[in-house]
This record gives sequence, structure tokens and C-alpha cells, in this order.
Amino acid sequence: MSEPKVIYSNPFIFTITSMGIMGGLIGLIFGVANGSGPIGLIFGALFMALISFLATFLSKNESLARYSICVFLTLVGFYFIGVIGLFLGLMLGLFSSWFLFWLHLGRYRAKLQPYLSPGQVLWHYTFRVICGIIFLFLITPILVVMPLSFNAQDFFTFTPEMLRFDPDGYSLKHYRDFFTNNEWQRSFKNSLLIAPVATIVSVSLGTLAAIGLSQSHVPFKRAITAVLISPMIVPLIISATGMFFFYSHVGNFLEDTVGLDKNFVGYVKVILAHSVLGIPFVIITVTATLVGFDNSLTRAAANMGADPVKTFFKIQMPLILPGVISGGLFAFITSFDEVVVVMFVGSTNQKTLPWQMFTGLREQISPTILAVATILVVISIALLVTLELLRRRSERLRGLSPG
Amino acid sequence: MVNTPSDKILLSADGRPLKQSLSRSLRQQKIRALLLIAPLLIFIFVAFIMPIVSMLSRSVENDLVSKTLPQTVQALQSWDALSGELPSEPVYAAFALDIQNAAKAKVHTKVALRLNYEKSGIASLFKKTARKAKKWDIQNDGPFKDKLIKVHKGWGEIEVWKTLKTHSPRYTSGYFLNAIDMRKTAEGADFQPEDKTILIKLFQRTLIMSLIITFSCILLGYPVAWLLANLPMRQANLLMILVLLPFWTSLLVRTSAWKVMLQQQGVINDILVQLSLVSDEARLIMINNEIGTIVAMTHILLPFMILPMYSVMQTIPPSYLRAAKSLGATNWTAFWRVYFPQSVPGIGAGSILVFILAIGYYITPEIVGGTKGVFISNRIAYHILKSLNWGLAAALGTILLIAVLVLYWTYDKIIGIDNVKLGG
Repeated sequence: MSEPKVIYSNPFIFTITSMGIMGGLIGLIFGVANGSGPIGLIFGALFMALISFLATFLSKNESLARYSICVFLTLVGFYFIGVIGLFLGLMLGLFSSWFLFWLHLGRYRAKLQPYLSPGQVLWHYTFRVICGIIFLFLITPILVVMPLSFNAQDFFTFTPEMLRFDPDGYSLKHYRDFFTNNEWQRSFKNSLLIAPVATIVSVSLGTLAAIGLSQSHVPFKRAITAVLISPMIVPLIISATGMFFFYSHVGNFLEDTVGLDKNFVGYVKVILAHSVLGIPFVIITVTATLVGFDNSLTRAAANMGADPVKTFFKIQMPLILPGVISGGLFAFITSFDEVVVVMFVGSTNQKTLPWQMFTGLREQISPTILAVATILVVISIALLVTLELLRRRSERLRGLSPG
Repeated sequence: MVNTPSDKILLSADGRPLKQSLSRSLRQQKIRALLLIAPLLIFIFVAFIMPIVSMLSRSVENDLVSKTLPQTVQALQSWDALSGELPSEPVYAAFALDIQNAAKAKVHTKVALRLNYEKSGIASLFKKTARKAKKWDIQNDGPFKDKLIKVHKGWGEIEVWKTLKTHSPRYTSGYFLNAIDMRKTAEGADFQPEDKTILIKLFQRTLIMSLIITFSCILLGYPVAWLLANLPMRQANLLMILVLLPFWTSLLVRTSAWKVMLQQQGVINDILVQLSLVSDEARLIMINNEIGTIVAMTHILLPFMILPMYSVMQTIPPSYLRAAKSLGATNWTAFWRVYFPQSVPGIGAGSILVFILAIGYYITPEIVGGTKGVFISNRIAYHILKSLNWGLAAALGTILLIAVLVLYWTYDKIIGIDNVKLGG
């Protein structure tokens, strides 16, 4: 790794003051934790100032100074706190030694335009820190759930054993519970049945309609689009309320007059309801793919004697396939993730995974929920990756992206 | 044109006039497009539009009373509810007949439940009367006025009859009045007693909290969208993952994560206690109240704010800011007068999207909102699943639907439906 080029060296009083402030803040946290804030503040500030004074003033050899700071802080951490201190000290050492020379040698200016004023440079980095905090806010809840799902106890928080990285603090028992408990398994199977079938229904109907919508002359195009997209616009609770009334009539009709099995009718109702919810996503993604579709290709195929069906499957379908699949993924996740409608329309026999989670959360039961949550996060990461790959492929096919 | 000789008209290959043949092919195109759309349109119509319509009709429909007690309803027409006198004997006789039939068909509990929403106590009145009425001989057992009053003295109260008369028409505005904390009485619309007003408060809370959530999403989303739009493509794509991962993660997962984080024995409180910033006895209450709902929903809806903002900001050339600065604008002026106005469409799009989503939210408030942080949608679910007052649920849903459609119409005016983008 090549070091960024040095623009100028700050006076050491600037470095020492900044490092002192940083040390003071860290010291304040440790001080408050141990009973006395001000002492921690003063001690931390002096400590860091001293280290940076020694490092900048006495040593011209940067890597030696950095190594010694790391080793020193690791030892200090180990001496005062223990095994966790070893880790914390090393982290602090790595960060502060980097930060020290970053400040002292003015490396923070290396990648910025040279004409910026000090205030602008400060704002530049403050802004990044603010954004970093917001990103942290976005991602922390998801990251917190994962380790907690390996908790050996039935708590929703980190136990002291877990913080010590004690193997006894971790276990797979919540996962075992998920895979052996009948309730969870039944709801998981229901989800795996309902979501794919609903996806197939919405993708097949949606793709057909999207192709129709992207023809050049469609009467009432705006009104039709509005109707087709409406399930996405109307709040779920309202769709669910409407479906609750309507589908109970339909269900009674199918059971009493047609004489179908009650359980079967239940699944049909939920699947129909879920495919309606997935359709807008299919429509939107497929029409977006069709915008860049070159219609002369189908004309060329027709010219060479292909009938419309063959043209569709051989020419059009392969080209819009990425859009269709990503629409399908959206529809799948919509159904897989849905609680309100299935709760209103279905009966307990159609209990899906999110419904089971919802009941669990409301009644405050087992941390198995966290294990399920982790599994779902892994699934959504897989979906996200698939979608990104599809997007790239689609762009490559349509020649939109240089590479 | 009439006198133009026919050989001057442009003809297509099959000998028809070109104009005619073009319009025919256009018509065919239209029909083909419609045929492709038709299956889905019919499907959506049956499986989605009709349910919504049935909800709308539920909110005004009221045929239970007139269907179960047809004779009584007819007899009550001649009774003046404001006269201050009890109805005369024919009304009582008609009622005795009706309640006997209803009791035999076992439908009297439904109507009792329905009327009980309007005046509590009617349910037990009906049940008791129905039990007795089964044994009566309607032809010879009269007069029924005293008999009924003897069964239950409630039949001697004018209020009961007033309630019956008020709710006998086939269509009613009663549910809508209930939805805005009013009630239908014989004298016309009236306000609910103080201890029963809850819905107006809930509507207000839903609105205010949705606004707060929208605003905090703008506050948090704007810097992030700016950063994403101004970073080099590679870095922006990497950071985009941090926005898209929450967006793709199950709603239940995120809600349960917040429950884990916020509860009193949860992660945040534990860290604060460990750092001695909060004492163990005074752990912060951040869940089952407004704070829980606002924090969790801001997190859940933030991607919906960032994505439209990002796509708008991407189109703003960075050279504008540099031009402003080189003309002597300070950093703030350049941002506020040049950059910000151009990013307003993104803010508008994101805000309306977040707001529409927020006012209809059910799951998250239900789990982290306790009693103080719930929305109107939780009330709808309560009436559907617990209290079974479906008419009121439908009326509340209708009001919410109208609000959302108005917002959606605004969204369409500002952004256009076609510009909805998903996941970048």
C-alpha cells in the first residue's frame, strides 16, 4: 500500500490539542463508567496528548511510532480491563496511531481540492461522520439480531458470557427449536407453499399485461395502469379489510355451493390475495425492461416466418427475462413477508412464517424469533445479490453499461 | 373531397383506401393490446377492486335490523320518536312476532350485537326476550306491551325504541358518524359522550406521527442521498447496499430487531447502564410508546425516502454548485439557492411515499407502539378481529382510503405514476 503524499506538516501543538480532545472524550466515557467523569476526562486528555507529543516530537520514524503506540495501548488495556481490554486497546491503538499521523501530516487534504478552506475541510469530514452515523442507524438493527440468535439463554440481549466470547454463551438451540418445533415448521411450509404459487400467478398474468401495456397504441393507458398499480398504493390494512369481507363470501360460496375442501379453499383465498399484492411490482419492473426493448427484433422474427408465440418465447422472453425474474422476486418477497392480509383472509391452517413471528412478538415468547429473523436476513441477502446480478446482466444485454 | 376521382385516393396493396386500412390496423393493434391486458385487468377487478367496493358498501349498509325485524320496522314508521311516548300496541305485537321468528332461526344474537354497539345493554335485553318469546303464541297471547315490559323493563324505555328506529333504515350514516366520534340518535347527529371519544384522537395521532416520521426521514435521508449521488459510482454502489439491505429485509425482522434494541432489558438500555449513563433502576422507556413507533418506523421507511431523493439528485450536475461558488456565493448560499431547489422534487416524492405508507401502517405500531403509539389502522384491525364491529371498521377504512387517494393524486400530479422506481 502506498502512503498518500504528504502536503505539509501541521504544527505539533495542533496535533497534540486534537489528540488531547479525542483522548478526553474516550476518557470521559471510561470515567463515567467507572464512577467519575471529570477524572477520566482529564486523565484521557493528558494521556493522549503525551503519547502524541512523544510520537510527533521524538520520533521521526513513523512506522516505529505507530507500532509502539499499538503495543503500548494493547498492554495498557490488558493490564486494566483483561481479555476484552486487549482487544479494545489494540483497536484504540490502531485507530489513534493512524489518526495521529493523518492529522499531523495533513493527509486529510490529500484527496481534496487544494483550494478548500480549513472550514470546508472540517465540514467535509463532519458530513461524512454524520452520514456514517445514519448508515449505522440503518444497518445496526439487522446486525444486532444475528449474534443474539446464537444466545445460549432465553434473553433478548447480550449476556456477559457472550461479551467475553465464551463459547458457553453461544448455542444453536434457537435454530434447533425452529427446525423441530411443529408450529414453526408448519408455518414455514405454508410460507414456502403460498409465496411461490402466488408469485407464479402474478408473474404470468403481470408479464402478459405489461407486454400489452407497452404496445404503442393502448386506449385508456393511464387509467389501466392506475388500476393495475392500485394494490401497491392502497394501504395494506384497507386491502385486507376489503378482502376480509369479500373473500369470506367467496369462501362460503366455494365451500357450500361448489363443495370444495375447507382447507383447500383457505389456501386459494390467501394465494389469490397475495398474487394481487405482487402484481404491481411485476408490472413496474417488466414495463421498465420493455422500455428499452427494440421492436424491430420482433418484426425481424416475423419477417423470417416465426409465428407470434414462437417470437415471444424465442426473441422477446430471453431479452426481458431479467426484468421478469426481478419482478418475480419482488412479488415473492411481498408475499413471503406479508402478515396483515393473510391474517384477515386466512385461518390458522394457513398461518405463515411472518404471522407466526407476529404472534410471537406480540405475546413475547421465545428468542426463536431471532433465529428465524437471521435466516430471513440471509435469504434477503441472497435475493439482493441475485437482483443485482440480474440488473447487470440486463444492462449488458441492452448495451447500457460499458462493462 | 367529394368530387375527387377515386383513382386519386391513395390505395393500399389490397385495394382499400390507405386511410381505412391504416385505421383498421390501428384498431387491431388496440384490440391486441387490450386482449393481453384483459386477463390481469379482470383478475385485479375481481380479486381487488370488488373487495374494496364491498368494503365501501359495508360502511353504509345496515340491512340486519330491517331483515331480522321486518314487521317491527314497518310498524315503527308511524311512531314519532320525538313524541315522548312509548310506541303503541301494534309495534309491540309486531316486535313479539319478529323476535320469535328471529329466536327460532337463531339470528337474534347478530342483531342484538349490532344494536349493542349503539346502546350498550341491548344485547342482554334481546337475549332475555328471545328466550321467553320462543314459547309465546302470537295469535292469542296479546296484548304484548305489558308482557314485554314485564319480561324486561327495558322495553318500557323510550331510548331503546329510539335506537331501534334510528338504526332500522337499510342504509345508514351511523358508522361514519361513529368513525368521527359522533353517533346517530333519533334527534339527528350528536357527539359521543366524552369517555367514548377515541377515534378523532387516533386520526390526529396518526397524522401527527406520520408527519414526524416523514420529517425525520427527510432529515436523515437527505445527507445520505447527497453523499450517494456525489460519490464515485463504485463507492456509491457499495454504500447503496447498506440502504438496500434494510429495504429488502423482512418487515417483521426489522420490527423484532427494534423490539430487541429498545426494550427495557434490551441492547440500548444495557449499553447505557454498562456505561453508567443511566442507572439500573431508571432504564429508559423507549418501547410501547410514541418513541418506539417513531424510531422503528423511521428506520423502516428511510429507504423509501433515500431512493427517490437519490434518483433526483443524480440528475443535478455538480458543476452548478461550483459555478455558484465561483460567482462568489458562500457554501451555504450555493447550497440553499442553487442545489436545494433542484432537489425539492426528490424530497416531495419521498415524502409523499413515506407519508402514504406511514398512515396505513399496522404491524410495527402494533408491536412497538403499546397503547400510546398505535395508529388508526390498529383500530381497524381491532374492530375486524376482536370487537367484530365490521361496519365501523369499513367506515374507518373508507376514510383512510379517501385520504390516501387524495395524497396519491397529489403524488401523480407532482411525480407521475410511471416514475415509480424500485430499488434503484
